[in-house]
Amino acid sequence: MTTTTPTKRTVPALSRLPGIPGRVLPVIATFVLFVLLFGAGSVRYEGFTSGQVFANLFIDNAFLIVLAVGMTFVILTGGIDLSVGAVVALSTMVAAAALRAGLPAPVVILLVLAIGTGLGVLMGLVIHHFELQPFIVTLAGMFMARGLCFVIGVESISIKDPFFRALATGTIELPGGVVITWSVVIALAIVAAAVWVLHRTRFGRTIYAIGGSESSATLMGLPVGRVKVAAYAISGLCAAVAGLLFSVYMLSGYGLHAVGMELDAIASVVIGGTLLSGGVGYVLGSLLGVLVLGVIQTLISFQGTLSSWWTKIAIGTLLLLFIVMQRLFMRRTP
Amino acid sequence: MSTVQTAGAAGVLERVRGSRLLWPLVALVALIAANAARNPGFLSIRLQDGHLYGSLVDILKNGAPTLLIALGMTLVIATRGIDLSVGAVAAIAGAVTCTTIVGSSDPTSPAAALTGIGLALALCLVLGLWNGFLVSLLGIQPIIATLVLMTAGRGIAMLITDGQIITVRNDFYREIGAGFLLFPISILIALAALVAVALVTRRTALGLLIESVGINPEASRLAGLRSRTIIWTVYVFAALCAGVAGLMISSNVSAADANSAGLWIEMDAILAVVIGGSSLAGGKYSLSGTLVGALIIQTLTTTVYSMGIAPEVTLVFKALVVIAVCLLQAPKVRERFRRRRRSQDPTSPSSPSTSGSLAPEEDSPAPTAHEPAGDAASDSKQKVAQS
Repeated sequence: MTTTTPTKRTVPALSRLPGIPGRVLPVIATFVLFVLLFGAGSVRYEGFTSGQVFANLFIDNAFLIVLAVGMTFVILTGGIDLSVGAVVALSTMVAAAALRAGLPAPVVILLVLAIGTGLGVLMGLVIHHFELQPFIVTLAGMFMARGLCFVIGVESISIKDPFFRALATGTIELPGGVVITWSVVIALAIVAAAVWVLHRTRFGRTIYAIGGSESSATLMGLPVGRVKVAAYAISGLCAAVAGLLFSVYMLSGYGLHAVGMELDAIASVVIGGTLLSGGVGYVLGSLLGVLVLGVIQTLISFQGTLSSWWTKIAIGTLLLLFIVMQRLFMRRTP
Repeated sequence: MSTVQTAGAAGVLERVRGSRLLWPLVALVALIAANAARNPGFLSIRLQDGHLYGSLVDILKNGAPTLLIALGMTLVIATRGIDLSVGAVAAIAGAVTCTTIVGSSDPTSPAAALTGIGLALALCLVLGLWNGFLVSLLGIQPIIATLVLMTAGRGIAMLITDGQIITVRNDFYREIGAGFLLFPISILIALAALVAVALVTRRTALGLLIESVGINPEASRLAGLRSRTIIWTVYVFAALCAGVAGLMISSNVSAADANSAGLWIEMDAILAVVIGGSSLAGGKYSLSGTLVGALIIQTLTTTVYSMGIAPEVTLVFKALVVIAVCLLQAPKVRERFRRRRRSQDPTSPSSPSTSGSLAPEEDSPAPTAHEPAGDAASDSKQKVAQS
């Protein structure tokens, strides 16, 4: 509660400042919240302020970052993708099963990426051409992907491939003795690519235009259908990449991996200031949203006495605060 | 049971031709027929100790929680909303009841069970009020407003049970989910709720009001309806239904499992509603469709079990059914069907597009008011106004 009162009060003041467009405010609020949470942890717990704790936020949430990036694209067009968690599980399962069958690692990676993107394209086509609700189509996609996991196998399959193992154990040392994994590099590269695509390409602007008003975008002659399908394809691709990162992180494939991860991804995107009605939001906000979730998890593990289900309650509460804040913010800037 | 349904389906076929109930009924009958063909004992029902036994009775018994939740969900969806939190609410209801029973002085007495049930339903009422408050007063999108409780709710349930699976031994409580009164008590409760809702919404103007709120909340308010109160009420009702369903689930196994009780049941319920022909865009709903939808979902699950396929694979079948039914209901596909039928039979005076009004009373009073084009336009107008 203490964290929101200052941000709420700054909303009207800041929006009068020249140079800071009102749309950036939620992202700034998320950033302030992140700093406050991290600061609170530093004050309360010894050893919280180390660079490694900060780096671990990225290491433990690399797959969620990638997932949130893909989800941002879809939510910006005004849609939603509930299938991503299941696609992550399917990717780990396909990767593990294909590696066990003796396929070389590059082929497996391409296969997984193709499956994820294919599913995304398929859902996008159905959503666009049959004018069905994204919610229900991706829900079916979620059931489909989860079910396919169990068609491949009901048991967990461990990954013994040397390339995946090397990726999992390989580290990069940054100045200051901070160690990160290759997953972090991949995740951040994807964030950078997404920022470039959204803000520097015609495709990115079309995404914002569709989210602002689909019929206006159509009347302007923008390729609405193609871009919408592409947004779901990107989300599927990101989910596949996240699945690969997750299989590197867990070194196993299992149909019950990543249950409910789509909700974490949606929560990160919302906490990052993206409006669910579409058209407003930033990838960097989603990154900050993931980091906020990560900090909460770290705080709870540092506390030690709190059980893991407090994480769920905390995420729910934060989600609520940010939605209410979005609401107030929308009313102030008509 | 199934013969009655088949005969009913055949009789109604003429009336519902072109209506939204046709395909779901066909699917249900086909599923049951496939089961009967594969396993001749599937249709047999026997009476023993005053109980009915048989696969069909099992479908009814296990489908009761889904049906009850889908019932609440139907009304929520009719107001253009959605309630994702029902699974979590069901888990909370089971958790509260079981902890109360275990904590009471005499854990086997009916009084303990009644106290627990009362507490659980009161809490569900509060949770429903909360959802309704977020949606109707704060004006938050329903998906996201209920997502809050969906995420936090399971945490709350875990908090109540302290992360344990709580088992109870209470005969009175056990009756709700596992008891029989010739038929399973759970399905009797669910059907009673269904009939009550049907009477209240279809014999009074309430159903019409709910649909008009779903079509356009602002216009309904200007027309003098209390849109907010109506929206608030349907969320409270959905939470209460979820609470009772949670009681059934936990009473059936005499235990409360905060983690897995009612997991994915919100999805099942939404599927049941969609299969039944209610539009996710709000504005029209079909209670009989929801009943058929819930039965399809449960029959599908039972079919997969009895075919000896791993139960988890049910999800693939559910996905296929959902996609098939959604495609059949999609306005674009129906449009194509109509065009083809018209071109084949140009002399027919009653084109299928008008036969919708001949369908049972559940069909929308204003079938054309909700074409996707108009919907998209009004949505985009709102968005323009917002930005």
